[in-house]
Amino acid sequence: MNKNSKPESTLLRRSTLAIGLAFAVAGCAGPGGHPKDPLEPMNRATFQFNEKADKYVMRPVAEVYDQAPLPLKTGVANFFGNIADVWIGVNNLLQGKFVDGLSDGGRFLLNSTVGLLGVFDVASEIGLEKHDEDLGQTLGYWGVGDGPYLVLPLLGPSNVRDGVSLIGDFHFDPLMQLEDVGARNSLTGLRFVSKRAALLGADTAAEEAALDKYGYMRSFYMQYRRNQIFDGQPPREKDPDEDDSSDSDNDKAATDANAAGGAADKSPSPDKKESQ
Amino acid sequence: MKRFTSLFAALVLGLGIQFSAAANTVAPDALVKSVSDDVISIVRQDKAIQSGDTRKAVSLVETKVLPYFDFAHMTRLAVGKDWKQASADQKGTLTQEFKTLLVRTYSNALTKYRDQQIDFEPLKAKPEDTDVIVRTKVRQAGAKAVQIDYNLEKQGDNWKVYDVLVAGVSLVTNYRDEFGQEVRAGGIDGLIKSLKDKNKQIDPAVAAKK
Repeated sequence: MNKNSKPESTLLRRSTLAIGLAFAVAGCAGPGGHPKDPLEPMNRATFQFNEKADKYVMRPVAEVYDQAPLPLKTGVANFFGNIADVWIGVNNLLQGKFVDGLSDGGRFLLNSTVGLLGVFDVASEIGLEKHDEDLGQTLGYWGVGDGPYLVLPLLGPSNVRDGVSLIGDFHFDPLMQLEDVGARNSLTGLRFVSKRAALLGADTAAEEAALDKYGYMRSFYMQYRRNQIFDGQPPREKDPDEDDSSDSDNDKAATDANAAGGAADKSPSPDKKESQ
Repeated sequence: MKRFTSLFAALVLGLGIQFSAAANTVAPDALVKSVSDDVISIVRQDKAIQSGDTRKAVSLVETKVLPYFDFAHMTRLAVGKDWKQASADQKGTLTQEFKTLLVRTYSNALTKYRDQQIDFEPLKAKPEDTDVIVRTKVRQAGAKAVQIDYNLEKQGDNWKVYDVLVAGVSLVTNYRDEFGQEVRAGGIDGLIKSLKDKNKQIDPAVAAKK
């Protein structure tokens, strides 16, 4: 046994095994689960881990950061927003949105100079609106399906398409181009804290609103990404109940009731109640 | 005459606002704007709400905002296809509990309001439309504007909100998966029980008041 000589391949084999196992477990999830979430047991485990990490590490750090004066926090958010505009612009170009892409380039030039390295968002003040794009959205724009829902460690809700796209986003992230490891890590950390601090408040709302926070966040992410891909104007999704809300077609109602009854005998993920 | 009767009813119920709008139809975007302006100007001056007095925020929402919302419609959308299984009684209870949940959650959010500014986008609707979307953007320093869209439906002479989307996420249909899960596990009554438990858990004092 030469375990020590090939650590990578062992690691690879182990992770392949883990993923394979996750898929196998997912296969047993039964018909009660969400159709877009075949990996629910694994995702719930990651979700629990993230909740703990957030509760004990990320949120407390963000709360301390939040005590900083608003102009400072705004400057920090603007600085990171500015360097992000480059990749946002590239993705707009990749989606064929040339006007938006040029506008993003204009924003970057203006804010980097007149806006003092992006600390002041002067471009927004003169009407060059900030956009929000990434590689996952670009792929979605061109019709790449999102694939199964995926909760990423520390990064949270995602899906297979967006998760894989993050590798690209990461690779072209301006901060990752920094040679100085110390500077790169501190800036990446600061950016993370700044983003987390911006969500203080919204996170408690989600906590209060949800019966099952996992399911709430899953639904939220799916709608949120769809909205981003359609740049804020998604076609209204057909409501299954809306077409027949007049209660005229009783046949359909009966079928629905049967379908619901049939799914009831496989109770999905019994552990969901213990999420607190 | 009709107007006089409404006025009388308003006095009796102490809900003047609900009926003053009924007298003459207000355009949906104007309605959303006047209600938000109203609420924001109150929150700006109310130190108690700003410092997190949820009960005060709830009562503000109940008097100023609720009359313009159609909670029966919202609950039907949130429950989705299982709505048909529910009896009239269950529908009533579901609506009441869902309303309590939403009001509580978003009244709490109101206590976090600081200096955001709301921009209204021009309404894209024809005069004969009975279902419109009022699009707004909430701007705040140092962050990307948050898109908030209101879906309104015309009922008689009045417009009622039946869905609110924050950053494209419907605060109503976002519940559909969770509710479906509850119904599959414990039927409509199971869902009602979960909602009641949840409402008690968030704030017992306010839940008891209802």
